Amino acid sequence: MNQNSYSGLPSDEFSSSARPSNTALLELRNISKRYPAVLANDRVSLQVMPGQIHAILGENGAGKSTLMKIIYGAVQLDQGDIRFDGKPVHIRNPQQARALGISMVFQHFSLFDTLSVAQNVWLGLDKSLSLAEVSRHIRDKAAAYGLDLEPDRPVHTLSVGEMQRVEIIRALLCEPRLLILDEPTSVLTPQAVDKLFAVLRQLVAEGCSILYISHKLHEIRALCTHCTVLRGGKVTGECDPREQSNASLSQMMIGSEPAALVHSERTPGQLVLDVSQLSLTSPDPFGTRLSAVDVQVHAGEIVGIAGVSGNGQRELLYALSGEDTRAASDSIRLGGLAVGKQGPLQRRALGLHFVPDERLGRGAVPSLSLAHNLLLTRSEAVSGSGWINMSALSVQAQAIIAKYQVKAGGPQAPAQSLSGGNLQKFIVGREVDAKPKLLIVSQPTWGLDVGAAAQIRAALVALRDAGCAVLVVSEELDELFELCDRMHVMAQGCLSPSLARSQATVEKIGSWMSGLWSDTETRVS
Amino acid sequence: MWKLEARPEPSAFWRIASPLLALVLTVILGVLLFLALGKDPVKGLQVFFWEPIRSAYALGELVVKATPLLLIALGLALCFRSNVWNIGAEGQYVMGAVFAAGVALLADKTSGAWFFIPVLLAGVVGGMCWAAITAWLRDRFHANEILVSLMLVYVAIMVLGFLVYGPWKDPLGYNFPQSKTFEAATQVPRLFKGSRVNIGVLLALAGVAAMWVFLFRTRTGWAQQISGLAPAAARYAGFSSRRAIWLALLVSGACAGLAGALEVAGPIGQLTPYVPVGYGFAAIIVAFVGRLHPVGMVFSAILMSMFYIGGELAQSRLGLPKSLTGVFQGLLLFCLLACDVLMNYRLRLAPVRAKAGA
Repeated sequence: MNQNSYSGLPSDEFSSSARPSNTALLELRNISKRYPAVLANDRVSLQVMPGQIHAILGENGAGKSTLMKIIYGAVQLDQGDIRFDGKPVHIRNPQQARALGISMVFQHFSLFDTLSVAQNVWLGLDKSLSLAEVSRHIRDKAAAYGLDLEPDRPVHTLSVGEMQRVEIIRALLCEPRLLILDEPTSVLTPQAVDKLFAVLRQLVAEGCSILYISHKLHEIRALCTHCTVLRGGKVTGECDPREQSNASLSQMMIGSEPAALVHSERTPGQLVLDVSQLSLTSPDPFGTRLSAVDVQVHAGEIVGIAGVSGNGQRELLYALSGEDTRAASDSIRLGGLAVGKQGPLQRRALGLHFVPDERLGRGAVPSLSLAHNLLLTRSEAVSGSGWINMSALSVQAQAIIAKYQVKAGGPQAPAQSLSGGNLQKFIVGREVDAKPKLLIVSQPTWGLDVGAAAQIRAALVALRDAGCAVLVVSEELDELFELCDRMHVMAQGCLSPSLARSQATVEKIGSWMSGLWSDTETRVS
Repeated sequence: MWKLEARPEPSAFWRIASPLLALVLTVILGVLLFLALGKDPVKGLQVFFWEPIRSAYALGELVVKATPLLLIALGLALCFRSNVWNIGAEGQYVMGAVFAAGVALLADKTSGAWFFIPVLLAGVVGGMCWAAITAWLRDRFHANEILVSLMLVYVAIMVLGFLVYGPWKDPLGYNFPQSKTFEAATQVPRLFKGSRVNIGVLLALAGVAAMWVFLFRTRTGWAQQISGLAPAAARYAGFSSRRAIWLALLVSGACAGLAGALEVAGPIGQLTPYVPVGYGFAAIIVAFVGRLHPVGMVFSAILMSMFYIGGELAQSRLGLPKSLTGVFQGLLLFCLLACDVLMNYRLRLAPVRAKAGA
């Protein structure tokens, strides 16, 4: 426990109520929350001391976000007590939470693209201030914490890291005593993460407490002084993360460490995908323009594209999959054929299969059965005249379910009844099973638990070893380092030159994520 | 306190039970309505739910009215499943009737008994042409098909009016706005003596089977529905949304046009300004009450037909306005929409939480 470090510090407006250092700022006792299908929190108890950076560690689906939403009043608890400053409170809504001094920065931003920074912050404030006053407050806060932000800029011109700063400043303007951050680093480059940590440490030095939700072990060990581990909605451990190793934290988080991925060197074969000078404006006014993208993928190699989401990955994938056919015909070549103007059906006939990052609604139709979802990309069970053989379809779905260990109620279970990990296993299985010549995968393990993620990565490596060309777009650097033979970085619609895995370092990829590869390019190539 | 709680997945039970509960609620509201109007509710219900099935002849009339409703609803269900909101089936129905009448007026005393076939085909073409306008505007200019198809209903009725008040007016018709009575050769063959039921009902039932097979057993029919269920998935799979729009509108135009042709070449026997009686709009309710399922719509078409007949009888027997039909149709649709909440949510008694610190 780390109770004594900062708790004595007076923080301007709350100094009148001198708190004894052993009173927790926030105390949860036996919090339970049940959703129709799942017990999200099962008698969770935890204490946040004043001035503590308290990590909540757990896999996706462990109940972290639900717990935080309960504290923030966005979700009502079923059972249990919340004490704030030692006094029982019933937090009915976020306004009340903010009045108590609790602010939250969500994983997904709620900003209006067309409004300016100041207007966005203004909308979220409970107090009645003029826009000019809000702008002044933003400048003051930005200066105080070294958060570089211009209040008059429209939000759509900001980078994702800057958008997060808007959210953080919005939270800070409420003068919080407890700041909740939900997976704040998932959208940041490694350098931006360091900057964020500096801000958080400064906040804590001023007496604010922080609840930091993450599943990234090294971040928690670098930043936090106390850690509560959740698994399946229950508290499975409490520790000081600085005294733990990644392995011991991982043990508490998932129960066991998955087998390491075997990745043997292999000489790539023929050129399969050849993208040259692909330039495309985005149909979305706030989308990213692709400029002169060059990428080659050979048979038997995995090429990765790193980068923070929103830098053109979405647009590039639309152009590659054939969902967007505006690209110049010869800017995309598949096995030598110019396919820029062809749709997904023709490209699939040439052996291109694609696993999109949106699983429900794009990779699968939520209300339809797994068997029917096969028909999106597979036609083995369809006769030449277009007749669907239902039993063959079921058999085919059952085979994929068995082979890829999908936990589902059988081939007739609707796609929406599966957990994210199991649906992803099914979709990846559906595409891998088609024996593609080129597989493009976007965010293969986003939101998955460690076991499912390991299984999907193993399937991709096995596919590569069987001679398929694989292109992986991911935000997770660790994953790309584990999987890829070569890597590119995408930033502001441009793609960096490729870098062999042996030459890639987190630092280099991190600086490339900000688009700074042109000055290092000469040294690389 | 009762609380609505989201279900993890839509309830299969309530998919079927919701329309039945909606019917029960409609009947209860109907009873209250009769009481409020000072009529005997038992007699009122009898008029709506017993009279139409009391005799063979009454049953025949029920089928006569259910046939066009079912035919139009079949086409609409395909549209709605494809996320194409064709609200203008009434217009396609009218144009079907107009085209059919145009061919029927060509017949003379010497025409063979086969003449009803080109008449019906003309109806199909008429409905398709009218729906094609909507499809083309949507495809070419992204014009909203709800507005376009709805507005074209009124254009179609104007065209009908122009023809029966103008060029097609029967010169021997005492200046009534109607065409001359069609030759017997154009008459759609009837199934039984003493009943107005004709082969239209067989065509509608064949349509039910064909639609079921198309929707649930062919890849084209399956792909057609994906753009309605998950447009991004349809795009991902490579199914053309343009093709989906054209196919849905042409099929539903053909169905509505056939229904129009069957009416003028069947029970009506001539073109009059009273051809449009709202079947095209009522069929929207038929489609939704029947859960957009071909078999479900058979039942809902019969139900809606009861409301039509009941409304007419209520006028003559109870002295109530015929618009009671519309009131019942509306009540049923609203009750259904309300009951459908139970498909995605369950009603639960929320635990009363003791106030913290109290």
